[in-house]
Amino acid sequence: MRSDPWASAAAIARAVAAGRVSAGDVVEAALATIARRNPALNAFTDVTAARARGRAGAVDAALMAGVAPGPLAGVPFAVKNLFDVAGLPTRAGSRINRERPPATADATLVARLEAAGAILVGALNMGEYAYDFTGENVHDGASRNPHDLARMTGGSSGGSGGAVAGGLVPLALGSDTNGSIRVPASFCGLFGLKPTYGRLSRVGSFPFVASLDHLGPLARTTEDLALAYDAMAGTDPADPVCQDRPAVPALPGLGQSVEGLRIAVAGGYFRRGAAPEALAAVRACAEALGAYDEVELPEAARARAAAYVITASEGAALHLDRLRARPQDFDPAVRDRLIAGALIPAALVTRAQKFRRWYAERIADLFGRIDVLLAPATPCTAPLIGQQTFVLDGQDVPLRPNIGIFTQPISFVGLPVVTVPVALPGSLPIGVQLIAAPWQETVALRVAAALERAGVARAPRPNMED
Amino acid sequence: MQDAMADDDLDAYAAAGTRLLGIAVAPDWQPAIRAHLRVALTLGGLVAGFDLPDEAEPGPVFTA
Repeated sequence: MRSDPWASAAAIARAVAAGRVSAGDVVEAALATIARRNPALNAFTDVTAARARGRAGAVDAALMAGVAPGPLAGVPFAVKNLFDVAGLPTRAGSRINRERPPATADATLVARLEAAGAILVGALNMGEYAYDFTGENVHDGASRNPHDLARMTGGSSGGSGGAVAGGLVPLALGSDTNGSIRVPASFCGLFGLKPTYGRLSRVGSFPFVASLDHLGPLARTTEDLALAYDAMAGTDPADPVCQDRPAVPALPGLGQSVEGLRIAVAGGYFRRGAAPEALAAVRACAEALGAYDEVELPEAARARAAAYVITASEGAALHLDRLRARPQDFDPAVRDRLIAGALIPAALVTRAQKFRRWYAERIADLFGRIDVLLAPATPCTAPLIGQQTFVLDGQDVPLRPNIGIFTQPISFVGLPVVTVPVALPGSLPIGVQLIAAPWQETVALRVAAALERAGVARAPRPNMED
Repeated sequence: MQDAMADDDLDAYAAAGTRLLGIAVAPDWQPAIRAHLRVALTLGGLVAGFDLPDEAEPGPVFTA
């Protein structure tokens, strides 16, 4: 346990609670693994070693005093560097924001994980201001994929993907506006949860697109996703988007059968452009679940277009003052898209928001007939770092904006999604989205657990030479 | 929005728009801004081309 960087969060918490290992030893092992592996992966931008040691000491002291351990006792975790961490400037992948004064308090989700016994060990690399699907960053360097260091992690939660897939931590937090948890989960071979829009508090995280921003965990098992989700769920009056709804714990239901659930495969738009690996991964999941029906999401291409327009416009509004004052300090790839976004007529943005309601109503109708929908998470496996184009539906197209074609129509209406990794023989891993009706995270997690038990979904272990 | 967006029109629109917004654009940024603007307006046109009733409410609804 002490030296196993591949131990799950659940296994670590059980061992710490049982006294088989101390939180201090777990944290030291994690810090040592980070020191060895991070130079190759470039996942961490900050390591909070002193804080982590202090926190581990407190967890161990509480256990010695007979205080009941939290469900994540002693579990090391790290967060995308758009989460506030007390004492660090919240850089959000940018050069500009790292000049900010250090955060004075932790983000709500960081505080909730630590209240459950988890121990923050650092902040993670990301695409600038989260406007990214690659995990590349001109200021901090690209996050590198543990399965092939020449390849992208995916983004924008690139460091979150690399850190968990590389065994540096069992659990990380990311954000997902258009796919930024699901894309790195797919490219790095991980389980990722993007909860329903409004489920988890966003307080203390640097925003991107207020009407589309979500936060969530990445892990190597469904059980770890559920543990983290259960620890983080709950209303937060400081976030007007966070809904005051009872959070049903996910962990107790993970072992339940999926028999009786109506599971279908997304066709049409979600088949066009998908590489053979993406379709094979969906097929493997569908066969394991006995999902033979195919349904088509109405106007999925238009939903993706509307998400693009809202993202570019709201993102530009967020950064307008910085674009005026310091345009040269942005990543050029981000800056030029934001400037174009600032020029989108407001009429088109309002039309996109009106279309959003129409589309949400059609999706609600669809989820009256099914419980879970399967779709590819990405059109392909991890591309090479620096790659500019790829073949989509027989055409050579720009890579960056098109990595998220299958994630955008889903987050556009805030549906909860668990991305599960499928490791096909001779191929890099690739993810499948398990999409549920709003507020039904527990259903998506249950299906993910069933696929994991069946051996279809698993986080493959990369060859990390220490 | 329309099918054919001329480079000159996009450049003129971007130049006037960024000037009015107070964003100083270096000449070598212009081709990328034009390309992104073309994509944004094309996708915006796809959205605006969808027929919705006048009474359609936007997704976000303000609550007093």
